Amino acid sequence: MGKHVLLIEDEPNIIEAIRFILSRDGWRVDTHSDGQSALDAVLDRRPDVVILDVMLPNRSGYDILREIREQDEIGSLPVLLLTAKGQAKDREMAERLGASRFMTKPFSNTEVLAALRELFPQ
Amino acid sequence: MPRNVLTGTRIRERRMMMGVRQADLAHAVGISPSYLNLIEHNRRRIGGKLLNEIARRLEVDAAALTEGAGAAMLDRLRVAAVGHDSAEQDRIEEFAGRFPGWAQLLADTQRHIRRLERTVEMLTDRMTHDPFLSASVHEVLSTVTAIRSTAAILIETEDIDPEWRRRFHRNIGDESTRLAESAQALVNYLDNSGGDDLLRNSPQEEVEVWLKAQSYHLAVLEGPDPPSPETVIAQAGALDSASARDLALAYLRRYRADALKLPLEPFCEALEVLGPDPGALADRFAVSATAVFRRLASLPPERAPGPVGLAICDGSGTLTFRKPVEGFNPPRFGAACPLWPLYQALSRPTMPVRGVIELAGRLSARFLTYALCLPRRVGGFGGPQVFEASMLILPAPPGEQGQPVGASCRICPREDCVARREPSIIAHGF
Repeated sequence: MGKHVLLIEDEPNIIEAIRFILSRDGWRVDTHSDGQSALDAVLDRRPDVVILDVMLPNRSGYDILREIREQDEIGSLPVLLLTAKGQAKDREMAERLGASRFMTKPFSNTEVLAALRELFPQ
Repeated sequence: MPRNVLTGTRIRERRMMMGVRQADLAHAVGISPSYLNLIEHNRRRIGGKLLNEIARRLEVDAAALTEGAGAAMLDRLRVAAVGHDSAEQDRIEEFAGRFPGWAQLLADTQRHIRRLERTVEMLTDRMTHDPFLSASVHEVLSTVTAIRSTAAILIETEDIDPEWRRRFHRNIGDESTRLAESAQALVNYLDNSGGDDLLRNSPQEEVEVWLKAQSYHLAVLEGPDPPSPETVIAQAGALDSASARDLALAYLRRYRADALKLPLEPFCEALEVLGPDPGALADRFAVSATAVFRRLASLPPERAPGPVGLAICDGSGTLTFRKPVEGFNPPRFGAACPLWPLYQALSRPTMPVRGVIELAGRLSARFLTYALCLPRRVGGFGGPQVFEASMLILPAPPGEQGQPVGASCRICPREDCVARREPSIIAHGF
């Protein structure tokens, strides 16, 4: 069983692109697009790493991150946060809530791969 | 240096600019070259007939030689010099007199900078709080991300399956169309946001723009037999949304109630006698001071005691009404400065607050403020208590020290403020 990433993102073409590059790098990629049920998805699938978009339908990625950190079983899971907002206050918010990494759109494939390898070394 | 002392300098500058020899000008006006030389070096006073004759020969108005740059120009230059210790501030008038073109350029540049700063404030405010703009920017960035990732895959993956290649080509095509539409919508939105339209984001702003167009005075609601507020609203074409019309209707009903209690002519007569003292005016008409605040802020400009601003907030501190004045522009979105007397009043309902405030910024404008918080629409003893605070903004009396305040933290340059809740883009962003 390869390393496992859960991509929580609602943009279908971003999902497809990230799924493609991560799959080629040996990752097993699960995806989820709804904010409301995202925490349940993390608990059910137990990935090694989570990629989490901040702006999701029905629920903010910040709220989901906060809830992940409050769960005993998954509280220490590496989470890469994706956002279109790169202001200092957004970065501070991500750090305060316990994001392992913070990446601003538009990011490159190389950056995503490098971040994941760093969060979950082989 | 006194202004008229520089008349000679201006004569010399003008003569040299026109390429006239000193001797020729002296001869033309009937004085010796040596006497003209003394005048030009400000060592002899000049006026009357000789000044007029020199001005005529130099094809310039005599006042331009004696007065030099206008007071407004000198004020603008002084503002431009604030914070620049290296500028010779005691020689501003000399500079403006000797180099009027450069002085004008500097003043215009200063004005342009101020306009740009206002635009930055407005756009930053909007970027932070405007849901449409925030969502649009997010849409554009997400689309760009999808295109960038997909394009990189196509370029960097040599052995890509033909089926995947087709999918990615199609994705790029779809995202490109989406990007074009998003970008066009964003550009249209910003293009349509020039001038006062930039303010028209919410129903509150629609009302604000409508009131501003009438200088906040609704003459139609004055007098003994005005049309109903509903009729006025029905005829107000500038109020597009139903929410804006509802808000405007509530405003007009209150305006009319104030106008009945404080009729325009008697109120203006009392204002002449008592001055803009809200307490005294409230006692005279047996009304609340906040009704006087609103009435003062809605007088016709020519009958008002100078520029009058007004800010009203609800119990949460949210501004529900704002009438800005030059130098004091309450924020359109987000929270204002917690040091405003408005918020002191909010924390002490029914206790009047009077204070002079000094706004942060290049101009450091000072204002006299009166603030009061009163219960509104009290729902009986068992009902929720709804409070509203109002702050009247008047020109400050000379000499009175002002409490330093800002508009809102985000655009306030005061770094050492004890009430700061977030960093300023003015202090840190530029």
